[in-house]
Amino acid sequence: MQEAMIKRAKELLADGTVNRVMGWKKGEFAYDTTPAVFETAEEIDRDFVYNDFTQANQSKYLIKESRKEGKILALLKPCDTYSFNQLVKEHRIIRENVYVIGIPGGPKIDIEKIKAKGITGITNVKNEDFTLKIETIYGVETMPFYEAISVKCESCKSKKHVVYDELIGEDGDVLDSNRFDMVEKLENMTAQERYDFWRGELSRCIRCNACRNVCPACTCENCVFDNPKSGIDQKAAADSFEENMFHIIRAFHVAGRCTDCGECSRVCPQNIPLHLLNRKFIKDINCLYGEYQAGADTTSKAPLTDYRTDDCEPSVVHERGAE
Amino acid sequence: MLKISASNLNALFDRIAEKQTLYIPVDREPNVSEYKKYESGMTMSKALNTVRSAKDFFFPQTENLAEFKMNGKTIEVKDIRKENEDFVVFGVRACDARSFGILDKVFLSEPVDSFYKNRRDHGTIVTMACTRPAETCFCTTFGIDPTVPGGDVSVFFDGENYFFLDNTPKGEAFVASVSDMLEDGDASKLAEVQENARNIMKKLPLAGLSTDSFGGERLMEHFNSDKWAELSESCFGCGTCTFVCPTCQCYDIRDFDTGNGIKRFRCWDSCMYSDFTKMAHGNSRNSQLERFRQRFMHKLVYFPANNDGEFGCVGCGRCLSKCPISMNIVKVMKALEDK
Repeated sequence: MQEAMIKRAKELLADGTVNRVMGWKKGEFAYDTTPAVFETAEEIDRDFVYNDFTQANQSKYLIKESRKEGKILALLKPCDTYSFNQLVKEHRIIRENVYVIGIPGGPKIDIEKIKAKGITGITNVKNEDFTLKIETIYGVETMPFYEAISVKCESCKSKKHVVYDELIGEDGDVLDSNRFDMVEKLENMTAQERYDFWRGELSRCIRCNACRNVCPACTCENCVFDNPKSGIDQKAAADSFEENMFHIIRAFHVAGRCTDCGECSRVCPQNIPLHLLNRKFIKDINCLYGEYQAGADTTSKAPLTDYRTDDCEPSVVHERGAE
Repeated sequence: MLKISASNLNALFDRIAEKQTLYIPVDREPNVSEYKKYESGMTMSKALNTVRSAKDFFFPQTENLAEFKMNGKTIEVKDIRKENEDFVVFGVRACDARSFGILDKVFLSEPVDSFYKNRRDHGTIVTMACTRPAETCFCTTFGIDPTVPGGDVSVFFDGENYFFLDNTPKGEAFVASVSDMLEDGDASKLAEVQENARNIMKKLPLAGLSTDSFGGERLMEHFNSDKWAELSESCFGCGTCTFVCPTCQCYDIRDFDTGNGIKRFRCWDSCMYSDFTKMAHGNSRNSQLERFRQRFMHKLVYFPANNDGEFGCVGCGRCLSKCPISMNIVKVMKALEDK
């Protein structure tokens, strides 16, 4: 797959369709890939990589990149195409300045799941028929591929590319995913249990802002939490209430726009399952306004910015009960 | 050397915790550890390092500095400092132990930061020698021997027993306070364990990384390097690297209006943030390239320029593991070093 992508990227650079290629760059180890923009075939040959570890969603970078001179090639996994579409819909990405190739997605591997097995000193990771062969300075270890799948890929919602100019590989379908299972579990808890769950998770937050900064739905030029004029700018939470509020406010702000790409949880250095907050909103929107998938198209009106006479009333909160 | 068997370690923890607050690394998920206040029955983590560094004990993420109460035209200033309690941190690795020396240079030089100093004075650091380094480790680049960690007391594990070596008067007092639980032991196996770990360090992927190309005298050359654009291009300006870093020491001081008074607090800040050192005239570094460059120039050039050549990095590898885009100081050093 990597070869096919490199070949096509170099062709499109050579024939002038694009003047830049957005991809991933190799790192020091087998797993530390970095999003990068390539301008020449030589750079691509030297550094371009696409493998089990290229998890990063590149759509957000295209906001800036699509405002530069010329056209850029974006290689988008199915999940990334939803973020891309949503950003086009919000007039953040200039569509005509991006040439999109849909590429097969995951499941991708999370190196932390390998390290959680106590495997360390990792020098190489090979996927041999869905068994991971992990070479380390302490010897070779193996583990099943499926035990190392990243959280975002564990509950993949779609193998379908919702936007592309061409495809490498075949297009897939929207999947019947298990992504709301944990949300349901949380809904079935008592209010106190749920509160304890979230206090436990959110109390680990170090306010590094990685979740916000990576989020393709968080594209404000100046976030309220960074703006001294907003009156609520903070670099640290004054108390546990504020600690919760940062994440809850963010989840509200991206509700109806979050495509469930899972980047927030992927980047959290403290492994807080932030995607569950967003999924709760997605599930509620589906339930109260009818099935809706942000980013599936660029023309439909989003449930929360559209008014219909049969919309639920605010009193739905009371009907659903305090629990 | 004085030792305690592995099976008696928890009894030792119980004893220490009777007199002082004790913090040990504990797994919160398998092999993901964090420092926790010791409570009887807790098991010390076997993970190499904690996700957050040990700097938190001396330079916490947030701390209240003072409170102001307004009463008519008078303002009452309340001293609310609480950092006067003795505590022990157990299981600190050599990299983090070195980081305290770096933080000391910042906080203990004039004007001395009394909040930090109080915590340093009241804290006893018990380190733990490394036996199983990770691929992200590069402490040897900065002259650290992970098999001989610093701190007030160094602890070495030979697979069966923990051996104690005090390095400071505070460490000596600590060992004396628990000496009835320790016994003299044969430390002859330790040399082999240490040699083994040193050999592993030599085989690690980052073993060849060198600081030769860095230091205060290389300021303009590195500052003006054309490599920064490429290195910083996909940095999205979060503070993860800064906040997991054991040596990052920048902070902000702010006032929190409680409605009937003011709480003045300080909290970690990050040079990666767009509002870092924002002043009346605006920001001194407007692009992410400048902010990114600042962080690495500080560690590799400015800090050694002001501190007798000591670098502001200890090679703990946390930024390598945690950066969402896997950009880090190793990649920066490799891009900028003399070829």
